[in-house]
This record gives sequence, C-alpha cells and structure tokens, in this order.
Amino acid sequence: MANSLVPVVLLAAGTLAITSMARADTLVPYTVVGDGIPQSLTGRPGDAARGRALVLDRTSTCILCHSGPFPNVKFQGDLAPNLAGVGSRWSASQLRLRLVDASRFNPATIMPSFYRVDGLVHVGQNWRDKPILSAEQIEDIVAYLATLRD
Amino acid sequence: MKRACAMLVAALLVAAAPLRAAEIPPDQRRSGYSFMGPDSKAMQDDDTANPGMLWVLDGEALWNKRPGAANNACADCHGDARASMKGVAARYPAFDKALGRPVDLEQRINLCRAQHQQAPALDYESHDLLALSAFIANQSRGMPITPDGDSQLAPFIARGHELFMQRQGQLNLACANCHDDNWDKRLAGAAITQGQPTGYPMYRLEWQTLGSLQRRLRGCMTGIRAQAYNYGAPELVELELYLMSRAAGMPIETPAVRP
Repeated sequence: MANSLVPVVLLAAGTLAITSMARADTLVPYTVVGDGIPQSLTGRPGDAARGRALVLDRTSTCILCHSGPFPNVKFQGDLAPNLAGVGSRWSASQLRLRLVDASRFNPATIMPSFYRVDGLVHVGQNWRDKPILSAEQIEDIVAYLATLRD
Repeated sequence: MKRACAMLVAALLVAAAPLRAAEIPPDQRRSGYSFMGPDSKAMQDDDTANPGMLWVLDGEALWNKRPGAANNACADCHGDARASMKGVAARYPAFDKALGRPVDLEQRINLCRAQHQQAPALDYESHDLLALSAFIANQSRGMPITPDGDSQLAPFIARGHELFMQRQGQLNLACANCHDDNWDKRLAGAAITQGQPTGYPMYRLEWQTLGSLQRRLRGCMTGIRAQAYNYGAPELVELELYLMSRAAGMPIETPAVRP
C-alpha cells in the first residue's frame, strides 16, 4: 500500500517541478524590496529611446490612459496621471514595480499589471500565459520614464 | 501611531470603495449620442443622411418576402410592422418559455424563420439579419426601453451584471471599470461613453457598416484582450439583457450612428 503511493507522490512532485519551470520560463524572477524592484529584470539597464517609442506606441497601451510631455502626439488618454515629472516622483525601482504589478499598491487600480500572468480570467487565446510587456520592454520604459524629470 | 495611521488608511479605503463601480444614477444616464460631435449627430438625425436607413429599407422588403418552404412572409403573420412591431425591440431580449432562457431579437427572428417559415437561420452580422433587426427595432424609435418583466429573467440579468463587473482579459478590466466608473473621461482621445445600448443595430463609422450589440460587445472583449464569446453565446445574451435593464426608460434610437 505504502509502496504503491510512492510513484504517485513522485509523479505529483514531478508535475509541480514542471509547472514551476514553465512559470519561470514565462517570467523572469524578481525580488520586491520595500515598494520597488531595485534590480533590472534583464540584468542590464534599459534603452530610453526605445522606451519612449514603446510608450507612444498604442499597442503598449500606456497612452490609451496616460497623457505625457509629448505635445505632438495626438489622442492621449486622461484616465490616469500625466507622465510629466514621473521620474522625479518615483525612483527606477519604484517605477519598475508599478509597471510590473500596480495592483500591489491598489487592488482597485485600472492600471494593468504589465508583467504578470497569474490571477487573470478569460484571457484571449493570443495573449494567454504571456505578460503584456516583456522584461526588455519594461526595462526600456523604466529607463525612459526615469528621464521625465521636473 | 503607525498602527493608528494604518487603521485610518484602511478606514478611508473602505469608505472610498463604494464610490467606485457604482451604478450610474438614472438622472446621469446618457446615450452615446450625447458624446458625439455635431456632424455625427446630424448624420443620425437626418434619415436621408443616416446610412443605417439603407438596412431599414432592405428590412422592410424582407418583411414582405417568403424565404422558406412554408411560403410565409413575416407580414403574413404579423401584418403591418408599423403597428405589430412597435415597442418589441424595446423589451428584448425576452424570456422564451419553450427554451427556458432569454433570446435576443436576432435569435427571435431566427426562431421565427425555423418554426414558421421553414427557412434557414441567418448568421449574426449577415446583411439580411441586420436589415430585419434594424427594420423591427426602427419601429420602436423614440420609445422607452421597457425590459420584459418576466420574473424568470432575474437570474439571467444577475449573471449579465456579474459578467459586466468581472475583470477579465490580459488587461484585467471589467466593463464597469470604463462604462460605470470612467464614462466622463477619454481613452486615447475618444470619449468612453456609458455603454448604453439604445441604438442597435447601429451604423459605426469605424466599421463602415451596420453592426449588432453582440458585435460591439465582442469588440470590447478583444480590446481588453479577453477571449470574445461566440455570437449567440448565452453570456452575450445575458450581457445584452443586463445592459437593457440598466438602460430602462432611455429612448430607442435605431438606427444610431456612432464613431
């Protein structure tokens, strides 16, 4: 009886290991310290110029809700704070966690968690198990936002 | 001191919570029409400029045609739609006793085709189904939305309400996050609106054609990167039902024009 349980337990342990490996494949692990993520998700600093292009690209979704210090860009949203001066208000570490998972600060926020795949419901097939932005894209945007100083 | 602060913050959060996701008070409800510019309003108001009227006219022709083996036109049973269809679209989706569930206007048309005309079902968003539903709904133009009072609808309306409040998709947003809580704001420069279903099927300039409420709902679901329900799915009918109950008393505008 006890012997017959062993393979089941091993199988279960194996499944768990595979699950956590899959999760690790999807998202780079990160460590929250205080109200931020001090370490770059990629281990490298992001590229602010690429970050600016990403913020202005509607498919990244930033300017659907936010406006910002880019007067020539049409069709900015007003659902969320203006991004002007955001680099003075928050450190890179704080910006990174706000992009990764803003719901940690306010569960009722409408800001999506850009680097989270769990706790989501009824995600469309094309987007399932993928974060909204990649680790590289998060770092590029953090680098750009850090330049928006008062 | 720290603890007192934390408790104060918690109390404020609890107190603030009901302010979000609150239903829109009846006196603040607004049709999508009121968010439009003067050009789009003028296009809707003038039947000779409103592109949706082309579908209404085609629908009138179909009303008198005999499409199936039973050799019955809609008009053979229902007579003049101007009298018999007046107010019908204002109370749909309605409870179907035989099916034991709500059906929307498009499904009612197809049930009629199957049962009384022995004609094949029309696909959602097909020209003929849009034309017939536009013609029928146009007979209720100006009449207040008056939901079907059948008490057996209650659990379906409740499910529609739950779906409206449920966050979903990769962007993790509920209908209510925009259409209850932020309808006075702009998403990428476009007015968000309250999502009141007063003018369907409607001519959307972005679509360059007429479309159903289910098409609009599916578009929103794709926008938040959720898996859109299939046309005719019970969830979409439940959402339609909840939206119509939420808009009770607002006048029907079919065919509306929207950006």
